[in-house]
Amino acid sequence: MSQLQPAFGLSKRSATTAALPAAKPAVQVAKLIDVSKCIGCKACQVACMEWNDLRQDIEENVGVYENPHDLSPNAWTLMRFTEWENPERGQLEWLIRKDGCMHCQDPGCLKACPAPGAIVQYSNGIVDFISANCIGCGYCVKGCPFNSPRISTADNKAYKCTLCSDRVAVGQGPACAKACPTKAITFGTKDDMKKLAAERVEDLKERGYSKAGLYDPPGVQGTHVMYVLHHLDKPALYAGLAENPRISPLVEVWKGAGKYAGLALLGITAAFGVVHHLLAGANRVTEEDEENAEKLRGGGA
Amino acid sequence: MNVQFSRRQFLKGTGAGVAGSAIGAFGFGGAEVALAQAAQAFKLSKATETRNTCPYCSVSCGMILYSRGDVKKGEKAEIFHIEGDVDNPVNRGTLCPKGAGALDFIHSKQRVTRPMHRKPGSDKFEPVTWDFAMERIAKLMKEDRDANFVEKTRDGVTVNRWPTMGFLAGCATSNEAGWLTWKAVRGLGIVAVDNQARI
Amino acid sequence: MTNSWTDIKNADVVLIMGGNAAEAHPCGFKWVTEAKHHNKARLIVVDPRFTRSASVSDFYCPIRAGTDTAYLLGVINYLLTNDKIHREYVANYTDVSLIVKEGFSFDEQEGVFSGFNANNRSYNRDTWDYEIGPDGFVVRDTTLQHPRSVYQLLKKHASRYTPEMVERICGSPKEKFLKVCEMISSTANGEKSMTIMYALGWTQHSYGSQTIRTAGMLQLLLGNIGVPGGGVNALRGHSNVQGLTDIGLLSQSTPGYLGQPRESEPTFAAHMANRNFRPLMQNSISFWQNYKKFYVSLLKSMYGTNATAENDFGYEWLPKLDKVYDTLQMFELVYQGQIKGFVCQGFNPLLSVPNKAKLIEGLSKLKFLVSIDPLETDTVKFWQNHGEANPVDPSKIQTEVFMLPATCFAEDEGSFTNSSRTINWRWKAAEGPGESRNDISIVAELFLRIRDLYQKEGGKAPDPIMKVDWSYKDPKLPTADELMREINGKALVDIPDPADATKTLYKAGQQIASFAQLRDDGSTSSACWIYTGAYTERGNMTARRDNSDPSGKYVYGNWGFAWPANRRIVYNRASADPSGKAWSERKSYITWNGKAWGGADVPDYPPPLAPERNAGPFIMNAEGVARFFARKMMNEGPFPEHYEPFESPVANVLHPKMSTNPAARVFKADGAAFGTSKDFPYVATTYRLTEHFHWWTKTSKLNAITQPEFFVEISPELAKEKNITNGQWVRVSSNRGSAKGKVVISKRISSLMIDGKKVHHVGMPIHYGFIGETKKAVGVNSLTPFVGDANTNTPEYKAFLVNIEPLSGPVTS
Repeated sequence: MSQLQPAFGLSKRSATTAALPAAKPAVQVAKLIDVSKCIGCKACQVACMEWNDLRQDIEENVGVYENPHDLSPNAWTLMRFTEWENPERGQLEWLIRKDGCMHCQDPGCLKACPAPGAIVQYSNGIVDFISANCIGCGYCVKGCPFNSPRISTADNKAYKCTLCSDRVAVGQGPACAKACPTKAITFGTKDDMKKLAAERVEDLKERGYSKAGLYDPPGVQGTHVMYVLHHLDKPALYAGLAENPRISPLVEVWKGAGKYAGLALLGITAAFGVVHHLLAGANRVTEEDEENAEKLRGGGA
Repeated sequence: MNVQFSRRQFLKGTGAGVAGSAIGAFGFGGAEVALAQAAQAFKLSKATETRNTCPYCSVSCGMILYSRGDVKKGEKAEIFHIEGDVDNPVNRGTLCPKGAGALDFIHSKQRVTRPMHRKPGSDKFEPVTWDFAMERIAKLMKEDRDANFVEKTRDGVTVNRWPTMGFLAGCATSNEAGWLTWKAVRGLGIVAVDNQARI
Repeated sequence: MTNSWTDIKNADVVLIMGGNAAEAHPCGFKWVTEAKHHNKARLIVVDPRFTRSASVSDFYCPIRAGTDTAYLLGVINYLLTNDKIHREYVANYTDVSLIVKEGFSFDEQEGVFSGFNANNRSYNRDTWDYEIGPDGFVVRDTTLQHPRSVYQLLKKHASRYTPEMVERICGSPKEKFLKVCEMISSTANGEKSMTIMYALGWTQHSYGSQTIRTAGMLQLLLGNIGVPGGGVNALRGHSNVQGLTDIGLLSQSTPGYLGQPRESEPTFAAHMANRNFRPLMQNSISFWQNYKKFYVSLLKSMYGTNATAENDFGYEWLPKLDKVYDTLQMFELVYQGQIKGFVCQGFNPLLSVPNKAKLIEGLSKLKFLVSIDPLETDTVKFWQNHGEANPVDPSKIQTEVFMLPATCFAEDEGSFTNSSRTINWRWKAAEGPGESRNDISIVAELFLRIRDLYQKEGGKAPDPIMKVDWSYKDPKLPTADELMREINGKALVDIPDPADATKTLYKAGQQIASFAQLRDDGSTSSACWIYTGAYTERGNMTARRDNSDPSGKYVYGNWGFAWPANRRIVYNRASADPSGKAWSERKSYITWNGKAWGGADVPDYPPPLAPERNAGPFIMNAEGVARFFARKMMNEGPFPEHYEPFESPVANVLHPKMSTNPAARVFKADGAAFGTSKDFPYVATTYRLTEHFHWWTKTSKLNAITQPEFFVEISPELAKEKNITNGQWVRVSSNRGSAKGKVVISKRISSLMIDGKKVHHVGMPIHYGFIGETKKAVGVNSLTPFVGDANTNTPEYKAFLVNIEPLSGPVTS
């Protein structure tokens, strides 16, 4: 598997200091999670487990709605529930946030990772774990400002949301976004998602949420998973969402791992065959399809 | 009706989960597609698709059942993935946690795979043949009908009812099975017939 | 649903009450979030719990479980006293101007309507009707001043439900109630519309039908029936509960909601004599006058060539009811040992019917039990010991049990009818596992085997069985296609065109396109008249997959087939004013163009009938208008009234002597099993969680992962009072049994002041039992009372009394 990793085209690759060949300026993608539309139904959790063939052990009820109780190697996304009495509105609010990897533009996990090519960032922004290269050291967990990755005790490798890179690669959105009954989760280019978020923020403000806004934290150069929050001024309300996430200074320690750089150039030839198959295969998108998609822009549902 | 994989239909429906966008593979450079696919191959590329409807609630979400093998071609088919049908105007490709998990109902450990029989007083089910089960149930039903069927009331009014047999019809079966069931149970004279409408 | 799922997007206000669409129908609920996003709609949730629906609402108002009728009557009183009604709609499209018979009354002290007999708790309903004039039509007073006009009677009836009274009964703070009233009243103008979405939170009470009527009345006052974004929308349960109800699998009905014959009508003539559909107003259409055509066509489908005019089309062979055998009645008879054999076809009554202890006792008395199901159910294993969760001794249970493997949805083809009456065809993707067979083949073989036994051995009354038409290509395996054609109906002889006798409308054997063409002389068949049009000469209309929306009003008329007549919003003539113009441009839907009715949908009106005919938009009613006054059609009164649940923490403040529904049916032993607030001080309610579907998905690992175990929800206040900590084991008990579970302490569970007394709620999800992937549980129906609604006999699952005690032992073991 490791031989299939090409060094070109990636914007970032773990434990690799050699300059990566410049990728074409790429379209940035993002998943937008509109917390104000989320009903906490867990369709995203189930769709994620179903698509990725994950089944973890059945737990118990421990007095909360979070099941599983935490993110795990077999649960890459999780609804977190918080009850909050809003003093301004005089109403109870049940704040429900879909937790999981935020796909930081400046990914702390990748920076922390000492295994060459175990963590990559594609030029569209998706941060992916390449299990074949993972050594299970757990530094990615420490490096993550959002506490997303989990190490499996079964195979000693790190797991987290891939943003369904396999689906995105063939033009489909992530499984969670596809399933989401209320369209609280949408997926597209980061620009489009920002436009949609602006529309939603305006709607929330009109409904009295004066501090509504888009969570796209600059401390990690923005994220490819963003939230529309009714209370952008209080992200911690949402089950402890980081106020100002940034990569731990400790992570800088790992950045000097230049000794692995030579490995970066392996595998180009092997990759070519796969690429050729995919480009020539049945799933290619035609220009006409793209035009159709273009027509739908802004057309809602 | 199995449908061909239709990119156009997919894109039409992407409004449900993917905002309108002019890009195909969402910003991936060609080689990156290879990498993503190497990390996890797209698992639907050779699947057969069948349109169906979610069996749970009354929204009737359109579903696409992905199988290896095609029953229409006489092949053995194994369903391995389920996704919402983007063409369906109601669910637009979405599914709730129940529908999104329907694969685990189809392959549940609690699926019954052969007729089972529990003798009076026994503490277990034992497998039997369909023939045995059908013959025995038909006999039990006829015995009871012969013993308890009311053709006429004491006043001589013809009522043709069988009051000692109960039948609860499940509401996840089709209209067609429902109609045939109505024909059968009312034909036999059963009056204690109900469904899940009240429950 | 009067409207459709997608139509919810047209709403300006959405009221979710007696339901929790976000939780139970998430993909339908998307049309609420779409309405909010794209239509600036406001969502109101009124519920004892701050639900998942409430979590995305604009306004939430708490309410004590079981007091929704009082709340809605309070809103009606607000609209009437503040003159916030859609006057022209109400005046022209409802019965407000009709005069009620002298002698009708309501006794506010006693809490009963005229005609009540206290000795046997029943009503003589003779006075519950209109005054009929010498011309044979109802007397009217269009000034609405007559003291016996429906308007004046309604106004007086509702006047007791002041905001203060609502607060006393429901515990809903007055200012929150008034805020809800204000939001609702913003739609009383034809410019805006409100939709109401409800489910079992309204039906599962001893007075549920009346609560739903009240909602209908509210919508009529606002002019919200028949318009886009309006309606009273019942969110049904199972995927095909709508279809199976349409197709007649209910004790009291036939396919298409015709009456199952009763003992009092042993002949077809007697049956028809009980059904007088004479128009009550000069111009009204009274569409049910076609009843006989539908009935005869059904009998032709049932008995084929055996049904002739001479033998009343076989009416005699149909079983005649001596009473309604609803689920509660059925299990009462099982419990009494009167029902000996039982078939569950995809049904798990051991967990879904109230009072589990009674059910176990009853099932143990059966001679035989058959389950036809893709899954093992708790019911089919009722005799198996599962420790605390099912403490039975198999050796003492003599019931013979069969568990027959059925295929599931993915392994069979056919159609489901969704909540908004749309019939969708589904295709088969795989064979079922092992030896499983589809329901059609199991039912067919069982029927044919019994029929063969009668043929060979003879027996009692073989005729009704022998005369059933079973002329399918393969009698042992009729196809879904064949059966849908039969349901739709066909011409049995050449049928001339009524407009031109020289032409033939249908050749013998052709599929009928519209129920308007069915006939009462035996020349047409149709198993279910409301489904006529679903499978015509053009093909299987339920399989249509054109998702275009030509009007842009979220009307998908070429997708599947919606009964009746492919109509997506019923009563849609009311979307136009009396002259046929839209009430407003925004809400334009069906209008009169000078020659015909038309628009975004199939008109619910004869297309060429001019507005000047003034036939009234509610053509199914003999009055042609909608009813505030239900006449004799409801068992407990022509107007809704607040009654307490059979187990309630307080007496009815309006009429303590008649606290509960005087017309509800209570079986003797069950009456004795009611508890009082002395021993059981808390109001319990049961509900669904979004992660599970009834008692079904507990067999699906993915769903078990997301909600693995039964739990009990209480407020922090009650937790403090009872010294209970989060995650601790508790025992909840009612006068019928108890259930053990972990506690979830949540501010979402309300504790309310009811008439000066603090009342706490205890909430419990229903989904758990002893079979499946989830943790074993005894089932909440160990607690619930065996009493049902006075009209539908739906069990009172939503409000009853319990106590709760902490159990020792580790917190979250």
